[in-house]
Amino acid sequence: MNAFFDDSGIDASRRRFVVASSAVGAGLLLGFHLDTGGAKPAAGTAAVRANAWVGIAPDGGVTLVCQRNEMGQDVHTSLVMLIAEELGVDPARVRVEQATVDPVYVNTLLGAQITGGSTSVRDGWDSLRRAGATARTMLVAAAAAQWNVPAVECRVADGHVLHGERKLGYGALAAAAAKLEVPADVTLKPRAQFTRIGKPLARLDGADKARGRTVFGIDVKLPGMLHAALAQCPVLGGKVASFDAGDVERRPGIRKVLSIGDGVAVVADHWWVARQALADVKIHWDEGAAAKLDDAAIMAALEGAADEAGAVAKQAGDVAAVFAKTTPIEARYTCQLLAHATLEPQNCTARVGRDGVDVWASTQFPQGAQGVAAAAAGVKPEQVRIHAQFIGGGFGRRLDVDYVAQAVAIAKALPGTPVKLIWTREDDTRHDVYRPPSLHLMRGVVADGRLLALAQKMISPSITNRMFPGVVKDGIDGFMVEGAANLTYAIPNLDLRTVIREIGIKVGYWRSVSNALNAFAIESFVDELAHAAKQDPLAFRLAMLEAMPRQRAVIERAAKDAGWGAPAAGHAFGLAAMECYDTHVALVAEISGNAERVHVERLCIAVDPGIAVHPDQVVAQMQGGLVSGLVNAVRGKITLAGGRVEQANFNDFTLPRMSEMPAVSVALLEGGDKPGGIGEVGVPLVAPALANAIFALTGKRIRSLPLADGGIAIG
Amino acid sequence: MSSVHLNGRTVPVDAAPDTPLLWVLRDHLGMTGTKFGCGMALCGACTVHVDGVPTRSCITPLSAVQGKSVTTIEGIDGKVAHAVQAAWDKLQVPQCGYCQSGQVMAATALLARTPRPSDADIDAAMSGNLCRCGTYARIRAAIHDAAATLGGGA
Repeated sequence: MNAFFDDSGIDASRRRFVVASSAVGAGLLLGFHLDTGGAKPAAGTAAVRANAWVGIAPDGGVTLVCQRNEMGQDVHTSLVMLIAEELGVDPARVRVEQATVDPVYVNTLLGAQITGGSTSVRDGWDSLRRAGATARTMLVAAAAAQWNVPAVECRVADGHVLHGERKLGYGALAAAAAKLEVPADVTLKPRAQFTRIGKPLARLDGADKARGRTVFGIDVKLPGMLHAALAQCPVLGGKVASFDAGDVERRPGIRKVLSIGDGVAVVADHWWVARQALADVKIHWDEGAAAKLDDAAIMAALEGAADEAGAVAKQAGDVAAVFAKTTPIEARYTCQLLAHATLEPQNCTARVGRDGVDVWASTQFPQGAQGVAAAAAGVKPEQVRIHAQFIGGGFGRRLDVDYVAQAVAIAKALPGTPVKLIWTREDDTRHDVYRPPSLHLMRGVVADGRLLALAQKMISPSITNRMFPGVVKDGIDGFMVEGAANLTYAIPNLDLRTVIREIGIKVGYWRSVSNALNAFAIESFVDELAHAAKQDPLAFRLAMLEAMPRQRAVIERAAKDAGWGAPAAGHAFGLAAMECYDTHVALVAEISGNAERVHVERLCIAVDPGIAVHPDQVVAQMQGGLVSGLVNAVRGKITLAGGRVEQANFNDFTLPRMSEMPAVSVALLEGGDKPGGIGEVGVPLVAPALANAIFALTGKRIRSLPLADGGIAIG
Repeated sequence: MSSVHLNGRTVPVDAAPDTPLLWVLRDHLGMTGTKFGCGMALCGACTVHVDGVPTRSCITPLSAVQGKSVTTIEGIDGKVAHAVQAAWDKLQVPQCGYCQSGQVMAATALLARTPRPSDADIDAAMSGNLCRCGTYARIRAAIHDAAATLGGGA
């Protein structure tokens, strides 16, 4: 469970189905609302609800609405499979429509219409299957009434209701079904009867993506559309003080030059013209408070909170009593700032007209996009239509909607005209909301070969304080304790704390969020303690997992796949494991080399999400997640000097390339009775598994990310 | 008024000669299958073929393709391209998909030149194409699969 927004979550006892059946065109649109009564607004925006949609045309064509945003993680297929399973249709033959912004699409695990936190399938597991089953039940009832037979004698197959030799298509039944009462409850199929869930299916968006046909936000085309380029202050958070556009606005193809506070925009007939002209606009910046910020100042800020007590994420026994008797082993771990580096640079197309505001964007947070667009245009949120597009990489970057506010502010100056704002790669790298840095102060005591006491104080800025003020309560940011509060090990004396310390720049959710930070510190330090206890790191962990069979199983499987215990000459293994978004995961990294240079040979991951809805894409998310894990682990870093980000493009914020890929094996176990999260699970363990392997090979313990800055070349 | 020989047709273009081919394709001609990623030939998302050679359109001015034949993801055709795209489907390569136009263009050019590429050949030909989702393992497998398909049919 990941209900960090549970202050605004749904009160389950108040859930009830309400009818929202209405004819759309000549067809049937069945809307299933989970009425949440007096649920409080989430994140200062709309009310908390949940919903799924099924549309059936007279010709039997089925439209299913995808309530989450597709950014590679497969929601356009996985979520459709959930509805189709119960509806009794072939998911490969339905039309998938992207949801608009509506309270019915709110993610009940997050309390807002958000795609993130590896929640899409977990959130939709019951509600989307129930939506499909409700529609099926009504269609069956309509057919049974027409045939004058009991509904229980009917069955469904491929968009038809069948009874003996008789058969009626959903299209022919839709109008009658819409007039029926929505059943108060429906029976969901037992797992053994699944024909879609867990079975092979080509991604519904895959063929288009291999042929350049997919429309991402940056590809939106509208009649009369203009193009905007934007210069933003080189210092993070800085604003425009004044600007001199000279003759730029009078040049051919240039439509407008304007300040939107964050920066100066040039609007032109074509983006390249706008971009080129921007170089001739003289801008005087108010650099603001961050102008003196650098890496040392950021680390000093975190260090400055070292004596604060912090908030407890997880606690057991009495660590103080243990530490009073036995001097603990101490270590200090740090994690770096990171850019998201989505391959599709931030962009947004907006039109501000008398009939309201239209926004076309790649976004993980359409509800937030609607809010900021309304504020920027000076209208009410319900006057803003969000047209969410395929996302060319999210990784958490597109939970922020800064580019939406900018595009609307620019478009407002050209009423009725659609304007597409595109950031350059340099803008994207230098104006990100960065993965927060962290400092982890670790203490531990081992006795008789076992871990007797473990303490962590994790110090980091809070993303949630900025994005969802009010959600952080009593010093606990639910996203900061990820990777700590869900520790799987039984340790008799445990004290895991977090301290929020702001650093003066915006930080953002980065794929796997604090799981990556805490897993690096905890899983590296547990490895240190295993060595201190003179135990094999695998046996040391398994001894703490007697009550966690699924966690044991993934560790044992990853170890088996890697050949743990018998590395080739000049090779070594490193192990790390955790529970992450309700999914159990373990990783063994195999490296080769020496104390000067190591090479990542192989990554063996074992994952148990409980149930895999779309198994091939679970494997794909592990394969891809490990590559994101390499970004975090090996050399990815954002550094600051004078409040300016020192990296700009893929030459200095470098991403792993084909030639650097280690061999990867993925073992998929299904040891549970409902799906866990998938999209971020492959990321966090790469750094600790590699650090542990480097120690095993070289005897050197690297406690700071990225690992390549630790004195041993990796490549 | 310039023109560009694009996907088998000559198309007039009203753009300055120093305009990068990428923006001519995307903004002037409305062909958005070719992607903007970095603007510095560092990511490969904008890969097109110029006289069959994989080329980064983000740093290639319109003037440089005068008299040459440009092929984009929208116009790519023939046995090799079909084998590559069929392998992409079979191996379920794309995730977000943003880099995939460039990956398919680079892979097609590789196989046209090197029908049975080794892993080292694939590394050399494909390492200029970033995939932020990390689909590299499937890209490699799909290239080998397409090579086998093409070899089998010869």
